[in-house]
Amino acid sequence: MRWLRRPGRAAAEVLTVVIAGVVAFPLYWMVLTALKPEGEVLSANPRPWTLAPTWDNFHRVLTVSGFGRFFLNSVVVALVVVALSLVLSFLAAVALTRFRFRGRTVLLVMLLVAQMVPVEALTIPLFFVMRIVGETAPVFGVNHLGSLVLVHLAFSLPFAVWMLRGFVAAVPVELEEAAALDGASRFRFTWQVLFPIVAPGLVASSVLSFIHAWNDFLFAKTFVTVEESQTLPLAILVFFKPDQNDWGAIMAGSTLMTIPVLVFFVLVQRRLVSGLAGAVKG
Amino acid sequence: MSAGDGMTTTRRGDALAAARYLAPAALVLVGLLGYPMYQLVLISFYDYGQEQASAGAPLTFIGFDNYQRLFSEPQFWGVLGQTVAFAAACVAGTLLVGGALAVLASRVRAVPRTLLFLAALGAWATPAVAGSTVWLFLFDADLGLVNEVLVGLGIHDMAGYSWTYDKLVAFALVAGEVIWCSFPFVMVTLYAGIRAIPAEVLEAATLDGASTWRATRSVVLPLLRPLIAVATIQSIIWDFKLFTQIYVMTGGGGVAGQNLVLNVYAYQQAFAASDYGLGSAIGVVMTVVLLVVTLFYLRALRRRGEELA
Repeated sequence: MRWLRRPGRAAAEVLTVVIAGVVAFPLYWMVLTALKPEGEVLSANPRPWTLAPTWDNFHRVLTVSGFGRFFLNSVVVALVVVALSLVLSFLAAVALTRFRFRGRTVLLVMLLVAQMVPVEALTIPLFFVMRIVGETAPVFGVNHLGSLVLVHLAFSLPFAVWMLRGFVAAVPVELEEAAALDGASRFRFTWQVLFPIVAPGLVASSVLSFIHAWNDFLFAKTFVTVEESQTLPLAILVFFKPDQNDWGAIMAGSTLMTIPVLVFFVLVQRRLVSGLAGAVKG
Repeated sequence: MSAGDGMTTTRRGDALAAARYLAPAALVLVGLLGYPMYQLVLISFYDYGQEQASAGAPLTFIGFDNYQRLFSEPQFWGVLGQTVAFAAACVAGTLLVGGALAVLASRVRAVPRTLLFLAALGAWATPAVAGSTVWLFLFDADLGLVNEVLVGLGIHDMAGYSWTYDKLVAFALVAGEVIWCSFPFVMVTLYAGIRAIPAEVLEAATLDGASTWRATRSVVLPLLRPLIAVATIQSIIWDFKLFTQIYVMTGGGGVAGQNLVLNVYAYQQAFAASDYGLGSAIGVVMTVVLLVVTLFYLRALRRRGEELA
């Protein structure tokens, strides 16, 4: 883009690097504090480095409060949501783009509206729904991880379907016709041809579903009050205390919570961007 | 828009097959989105308190009483007003920062751009709870780096300054965290949009004598408008129903509830005060506001002649 190149580019590049530093700084501070010994964390003159890094904070977080259990709970909820959402949203996206039937446009509009629903407002009725569900299927009831799986599955589906629609639609119809000529059933075509082709879209939508479930605070707080089923966000808040917050532990817990998402993000970064662009262009 | 529309050969049994493919997703969405939505409205018409919720006391239909109570409550209007203002500030900040950095990213070479994108990716990936705690610690009155730096710069009043005590300052702090973790989405989206503009289009504008500013305003912005619309709507929806950041950073709504937003307010009414009917009424109000935003969005899409399917 020649039109944008001006002599001021060097200045722009310096500015870019400075901004990158500012944006990344909170993360640096989080990891640094997590590694600082307690005396330095609670010092009134914090320094932007440490000469005595220690695992103490991580150790305290992982052993004292059963953080490992919460971590595992979060992983289970997020992975189950991703797996279910993948299959369900793919099937729905295929139906909405490949099949012609009456009411399709209505369904698409409803899908869009469903994305706008302030799911947080549904906390109250969902709490009662989960209590009833729990009477017949305890795994999905209040105070069990299943309740969190169900709500996050429902919340991530509308956007996942919407996003995958664009990917499925981009696959040429000729391909399907060719497969049909070769004698492949629609079912086989869907799973053996279409599914691998739209993999980038599936990856992107999976990442979003994962993050959605992983980051949730409100539902974890409302639905789960017993310790054994609690997830990470609440475990971190345990270290906020009226007299003196245990900042070292809070930062260590936050670091542990951030790392999986960060790794996930960096791994699929390119696909995520193209996936979002695909959803937007849909 | 979609290749599916070009499909001329309609197979028989499409409706049946579609129903099969849609059934699992539909079941989940109806059961866990549709039905609770209906329940939300229903509960808002009942006197639904502690006895009804846990002891199974009989329900009394009270019509619009919850709404009447809500609308005659000065606190509700205050919370509604500050929710709108707070969300608007977050949306504006997110779009400005994201847009400006997208333009900046398109003007620099690969290395600084990659650094910026990596940093943004980090902020984007940080869970709301983790981001909130880090910002709280950075701005902590006694142990925070920010106050120390400000004092070091000679602003001695900042020693021990609490960033969560004053209402507006606390809101600004939360807005800062929200913008920090939500501008990357806007930046990445708009950057992709800028890159997708064919170089010839801009060259043609330059050949016609358009300045950089003019080319940006008359060529780039109109081409990006659909993306900007999507980013704006997403941000509005996201920021209007914020919960985690407010809850964690202001300790559940700030000093004497001064930093409440609708979502936290509803949560408190329902789960802390056990007034589920009133909490549901607040939820209904939130939903209606967001539905109106959605309708505007759909109308804007349609007016530009874009097909949904």
